[in-house]
Amino acid sequence: MRPERISKTAALGLFKEAGLLKLGRMADEARSALHPEGVVTFVVDRNINYTNICINRCRFCAFYRDADDPEGYVLSKRELFNKIKETVALGGTQILMQGGLNPALDINYYLDLLRSIKKKFRINVHGFSPPEISYIARKADLTVREALAILREAGLDSIPGGGAEILSDRVRKKMSPNKISSSGWLKVMRDAHTLGMRTTATMMFGGKEKPGDIVEHLDAIRTLQDMTGGFTAFIPWSFQPGNTEYQGMAPATAVEYLRVLALSRVYLDNVPNVQASWVTQGLKMAQIALRFGANDMGSTMIEENVVRAAGVSHSVTMDEMIKSIKGAGFMASQRDTYYNIIKRL
Amino acid sequence: MLGEIREKVHSAFRLTREDALKLFRTDDIFTLGELAAFSASTHNGDRAYYVRNIHVNPTNICVNRCRFCAFSRSRGEKGAFELTIEQIIKNIEEAMPVSEAHIVGGLHPDWPFEHYLKMLSAIRNEFPELHIKAFTATEVDYMRRISGKGLKEVLWRLKEHGLGSMPGGGAEIFNNAVREKLCPEKLGSEGWLEVTEAAHASGIRTNATMLYGHLESYEDRVDHLLKLRELQDRTFGFQAFIPLSYHPMNTDIGGEGASGIEDLKTIAVSRLMLDNFPHIKAYWVMLGEKISQLALLFGADDLDGTVIDEKITYSAGGVSRRGITEEELVNLIRASGRKPVKRDSFYEPARKWRVKA
Repeated sequence: MRPERISKTAALGLFKEAGLLKLGRMADEARSALHPEGVVTFVVDRNINYTNICINRCRFCAFYRDADDPEGYVLSKRELFNKIKETVALGGTQILMQGGLNPALDINYYLDLLRSIKKKFRINVHGFSPPEISYIARKADLTVREALAILREAGLDSIPGGGAEILSDRVRKKMSPNKISSSGWLKVMRDAHTLGMRTTATMMFGGKEKPGDIVEHLDAIRTLQDMTGGFTAFIPWSFQPGNTEYQGMAPATAVEYLRVLALSRVYLDNVPNVQASWVTQGLKMAQIALRFGANDMGSTMIEENVVRAAGVSHSVTMDEMIKSIKGAGFMASQRDTYYNIIKRL
Repeated sequence: MLGEIREKVHSAFRLTREDALKLFRTDDIFTLGELAAFSASTHNGDRAYYVRNIHVNPTNICVNRCRFCAFSRSRGEKGAFELTIEQIIKNIEEAMPVSEAHIVGGLHPDWPFEHYLKMLSAIRNEFPELHIKAFTATEVDYMRRISGKGLKEVLWRLKEHGLGSMPGGGAEIFNNAVREKLCPEKLGSEGWLEVTEAAHASGIRTNATMLYGHLESYEDRVDHLLKLRELQDRTFGFQAFIPLSYHPMNTDIGGEGASGIEDLKTIAVSRLMLDNFPHIKAYWVMLGEKISQLALLFGADDLDGTVIDEKITYSAGGVSRRGITEEELVNLIRASGRKPVKRDSFYEPARKWRVKA
């Protein structure tokens, strides 16, 4: 029998009042009901940030550069292909392509890029978060849905859930005033799901949000998922204030991270997978996260640039990933973008 | 499965060796955490302690070459260092205001016993208010050997020259078969317990540690805890127990180290087994800020301190920075739901804090 769904009010109450161990136990039970076989998955992929030039200038971002900044870049096709070649050689099945909103690039750049990647490689392109999709569409004078359909035909397979930050326009106005609104983000995801594309969803907390904003965010994801079923996974991670306009602000602590993670698992009863963020938390914390609701370790991250720009750098080999999962008492499996197991390890 | 243990914990009955093994082997980390947190609250209420301290490592030159240690060097080896007493004074000066100096170092082949006494006197003369917590049982045993004096006299003279208390290092793991593999030259477990008992008898309070996550079994961990509990029953000289999670980088043993879950379990079982220890410390330098904060929900009540200038864990790839601000410590404690208390070296609230409250 399906357990009764938790309401927004009850979730807010839990989040504010319940002890971490109580929340953890609830999340652990929810996780083990969804994944009773005790397998923890990860994907081998590479983050390719094709450009760091961005007009949005989000105040929490340490990665972006202005168009005239000497540190601004756009990767050449050759650099890009080399990165993909290395990824494939390392057993990678996916590239995560994300970048800034670069006014010098139009939809033809993206279409050409996707086609040429697909011509050369058999690899899943998980690319372009909603702010990028929306920007590409707007510049090409297309609807989001039209732009998505064209990009998909050119080779875009699935869409990462970045740019969701906190789906509260009050908080977005403070921290990322130029980024698409909550409803804009949700619309891109809805359109993608309607076209049959799968996406993930993220949440960046530990910024200027209140507990109520976190619950609203989770509810927006759960509501859309009820309609489309297109989200494969939810990935909460904590804001890293280093090298941003919020430098000096205390980052979310371990207790806060696990509380949000656990609440996410309890609330999102219709999202099959929840990722632990070892990139922001470190491997030992990610191990603990596996008992606080997470069933997936995300990616081995052959390359990661955005969090590193904020001064937080953790790296991990496939071997370390497998040992960490086993050390936490689970079986380890490599998965593809759609959470199909491709190798038991 | 843990029902019987829960009964015992709630009625303050002593846990057995079998209970401890059951707790280590359980998958139910939530009940384990709740029981340990309950036990912690009976010892320390909702308080979590920290101290403003400096770590001083006078030398890394050491006649022992323990295989898990990435810090030690031989004389003349690259990276070997020894601080003069003047340098030590200067380092402490720069770290002020701190209330405690934690001093541990290698077993230097040339320094005579008098050098350590001089070091203590110089520090005490310069900083009469500063508490000096210095020299592990291993170092005190070494002083006994190089001075040819009895243990009691060595301890008495250290105390006379300013030693306030002793840290708990060098305990490693008491199982001699494992110890033989880890640190064959180091003072054995009987010696460690002998020196510690003598320190307690001389009115010197100490801490106790356990290094885990290397070659030891759960049985070894539990037996280690039992030895400490027995000694504490006789002396009541221990203040805090500090489980130390082994870091595999740059050491000869290699391995993976304990998992994050294992770190929390070890804290929890320690709290539950060591019912006669007032404090369980989650040493953030070794565990990292994140795991030590979680440890406060699994039975720990102390995060150690601001720790300026710690070199030993750092050499082995320790996860943490080399110091933390008081504000950050307070924030970690508050975010865990506990009440931060700045303490002195005997777990009394620091005077400044007391006036404010």
